[in-house]
Amino acid sequence: MKLPFRSNIFIALGLLTAMLAPFGISSKFQLDVLTLIFFTAYLGQSWNILGGYAGQFSFGGVMFFGTGAYTSSILLSSFGLPPIIGIFAAIFMGALLGLVVGYLSFRSGLRGSYFALITLAFAELLRVLANSVEFTGGGVGLFLTYAPGLYNLQFTSPTGFYYFSLILLVISLAIAIWLERSRFGAQLVAIRENEDAAEALGVDTLKCKIYAIMIMGGMGGAAGTFYAQKYLYIDPPISYSIALSVEMLLVTIVGGMGTVFGPLIGSFVLHTVNEIARHFISTPGLSLIVYGFILIVIISYLPNGLVGLFRKTRKNKENDDA
Amino acid sequence: MLSITLSLLPAGIINGLMFGAIYALVALGLTLIYGVLHIINFAHGAMLMLALYSAYFLFKVLNIDPYVSILIVTPASYVFGYTIYRWGIGKLSGGRDQNILLITLGLSIILENSALFFFTGDQQTISLPYSYESFDLGFLYLSYPKLISFVASLIICVLLWMLMTLTDLGKAIRAVAKEREGARLVGIDVEHVFAVTFGIGVACLGAAGCMLLPIFYVDPYTGNIFVIIAFTIVVLGGMGSIVGALLGGFIIGVTESVGGLLLGESLGQIGISLIFILILIFKPTGIFGSKV
Amino acid sequence: MLEVKSVTKRFGGLVAVSDVDLDVAKGEIVSLIGPNGAGKTTLFASIAGFLKPDEGEVILNGKSITNLKPHKICRQGMVRTFQITQPFATLNTLENIMVGAYANTSNKSLAKSNAERVAEIVGMTSLLYQTADGLTVAARKRLELARALATNPQLLLLDEVMAGLNPTEIDEIVDVIQGIRNTGVTIFLIEHVMKAVVNLSDRTYVLNDGKLIAHGTPNSIASDPAVIEAYLGHGAAEAMARGGKA
Ligand SMILES: Nc1ncnc2c1ncn2[C@@H]1O[C@H](COP(=O)(O)OP(=O)(O)O)[C@@H](O)[C@H]1O
Ligand SMILES: [Mg+2]
Repeated sequence: MKLPFRSNIFIALGLLTAMLAPFGISSKFQLDVLTLIFFTAYLGQSWNILGGYAGQFSFGGVMFFGTGAYTSSILLSSFGLPPIIGIFAAIFMGALLGLVVGYLSFRSGLRGSYFALITLAFAELLRVLANSVEFTGGGVGLFLTYAPGLYNLQFTSPTGFYYFSLILLVISLAIAIWLERSRFGAQLVAIRENEDAAEALGVDTLKCKIYAIMIMGGMGGAAGTFYAQKYLYIDPPISYSIALSVEMLLVTIVGGMGTVFGPLIGSFVLHTVNEIARHFISTPGLSLIVYGFILIVIISYLPNGLVGLFRKTRKNKENDDA
Repeated sequence: MLSITLSLLPAGIINGLMFGAIYALVALGLTLIYGVLHIINFAHGAMLMLALYSAYFLFKVLNIDPYVSILIVTPASYVFGYTIYRWGIGKLSGGRDQNILLITLGLSIILENSALFFFTGDQQTISLPYSYESFDLGFLYLSYPKLISFVASLIICVLLWMLMTLTDLGKAIRAVAKEREGARLVGIDVEHVFAVTFGIGVACLGAAGCMLLPIFYVDPYTGNIFVIIAFTIVVLGGMGSIVGALLGGFIIGVTESVGGLLLGESLGQIGISLIFILILIFKPTGIFGSKV
Repeated sequence: MLEVKSVTKRFGGLVAVSDVDLDVAKGEIVSLIGPNGAGKTTLFASIAGFLKPDEGEVILNGKSITNLKPHKICRQGMVRTFQITQPFATLNTLENIMVGAYANTSNKSLAKSNAERVAEIVGMTSLLYQTADGLTVAARKRLELARALATNPQLLLLDEVMAGLNPTEIDEIVDVIQGIRNTGVTIFLIEHVMKAVVNLSDRTYVLNDGKLIAHGTPNSIASDPAVIEAYLGHGAAEAMARGGKA
């Protein structure tokens, strides 16, 4: 923040590289991995807004993703609404769900672990519901037809999805940068640091937290549409998977909560670790064991994540110079 | 159709009570740890899964009946719990409850995926010589394993209650739960008591695992099923309340079984998360909100 | 400006504040004193919307604010500080104060310049980029004051901003408070130490065991037998004697 000029140059260079990457990368596999990195970073950023900036950890972040995925998919398969419009319905439904969950939980003063667990319960509730009612396809799930085209947000090559994920990522970074520079962002951080003090100083803490979870919800909703159009199949266990809830908080905590680039850095590092681990051993579970250890180590020794590591050394350097 | 369902109701209730007793045992471990240490152990389900696997391998490899394994797995779980708190969670916890939640989340990821790595994702069940023998209640045949599990769970709950109310250890634990600084001042080794409590909480899971195995199955994700159930029971019974956990266990057991009967197996599961959400929102202190 | 009418607040069986009536007029510095546990902080919390009074009414500028949430009350011009300081720990002084300044503007540079101005008033200019968790007790008290002031209040509720400070620091903060009053802000302050009150306030209320037991000018209070009784009973005679000498 203190070096806006230099960091702006970094951002511009990074964006340029990302935009040109498909021309330099010939391997479809590598492009797919990058897409996945961006996608997870995007979801991580949605978690970061409520968890990292506002300090309200959720264990059920996947609920917005799943609801968005069902929204645009059902609109497409039952009403023929093209996903390029459906994605906005998904965003709307995600935000609406955020409003409901946020209002109910924050209204009754749920904080800390209780809030984390109640979001998990909401995600489970939605999974069971999606499994039991007919219009979601129940346990069988929903198959979408393959009909590539921009209006369907489907693409013939990985490059298309790569750019789609890049756009999502850039939007999420823009939201985070806006938070860093706006009153709303400052108020969220104040809530994270001390809710009573924030309230005393005129911050409408209930409203701010609800807005934050609505932004998270809207972002998650769009991610659901992305996923459904990329894989053309969703079912309740995928749409409301605990693993995805964990992944969004994991990348953010590893990279650095409450920072603009934390989720991206965390996503990059964890996916790289995962790919390397997969290269050597293909037994399931191993990379997740490593993730578990990383989570514990970061929480215990590096509460500001990898970004914090970088910042600390920079601060020490400043002190040495002085 | 409705009359058929209604005629099944008594059976559903009895079945629910049977499972409810084991749920209560699982929840008891969780509520005890919360009541004394004020931490939420998210790895509770994963630790139960570990106990189930222990009982499973004791049966498969050494041919030890799971109900006999209680005598092995329970103390082993205690040691595991004591160790992992004293030299793990206790050391790493920086104070914020969310951090502990995340650390135990990390632990559950490690345990779950280690199980996946070593034992594969297949569901395992066992069958005992008396698995299919049953007790005739007139309207219902109650299988022996269910009956034994029910009675044994109740006995363990009572033993735990006696431990907490009648022994010096119980007194020390309650002292620490109430006033940890005061307890420290009168010379109680608080860290030790914390670890003991955590150990007892995990020991409950050891016993529960042995009793669950003959009437359920085990796979690396079994724990997930029980996490929400246990948390629901604990918030229902009031965080830290032993009696509450017992009553909550029965309520949830019956709700699940009757709910499944009336709404169908799939939708019936809604009951638990719904109860959890409603209680947290409207009565976060629980229905029977007394403390340990 | 502020009227408190028969406010009662109970915690279970304990009546922490019992049937309290008081008022604060525009431009005044009014103090509320009383021994530890008298219910002063509870009264403030009930006035500022942090606790719901069980009975009674709180009126600000002629409008009832009894059941409003704290942020609404803040926007109507009354803001409290906390006896146990509640800084935004990982933020620096400037960012802390800016949260208060944002109560009146959504513009970042405006909030920043307001915060810098307030920091200068309370003498924290040299600490602007220090994170709050590294500040001394005295500096944290100032930070409480600064953040509250940055919301641009008409009425400031200060809860023991001098407790734990040394005499030099107390003199400094007394000057600051007087300066704030001179800019037209009304001040209602809780103090445990009588000395500061004598120097600073126009009128004083005395609270003991949740009840108001005396009211008047600081000097008349200091010689009121009921007050001496209350303080002596709680072993605060020493504090009084020091107050008398000053
Ligand atoms: N949240 C609370 N719950 C229960 N009792 C409280 C609470 N807050 C304060 N009290 C009690 O109310 C009384 C008044 O406390 P307080 O208002 O802090 O006094 P003071 O600020 O005058 O020292 C004390 O006996 C205190 O223990
Ligand atoms: Mg006080």
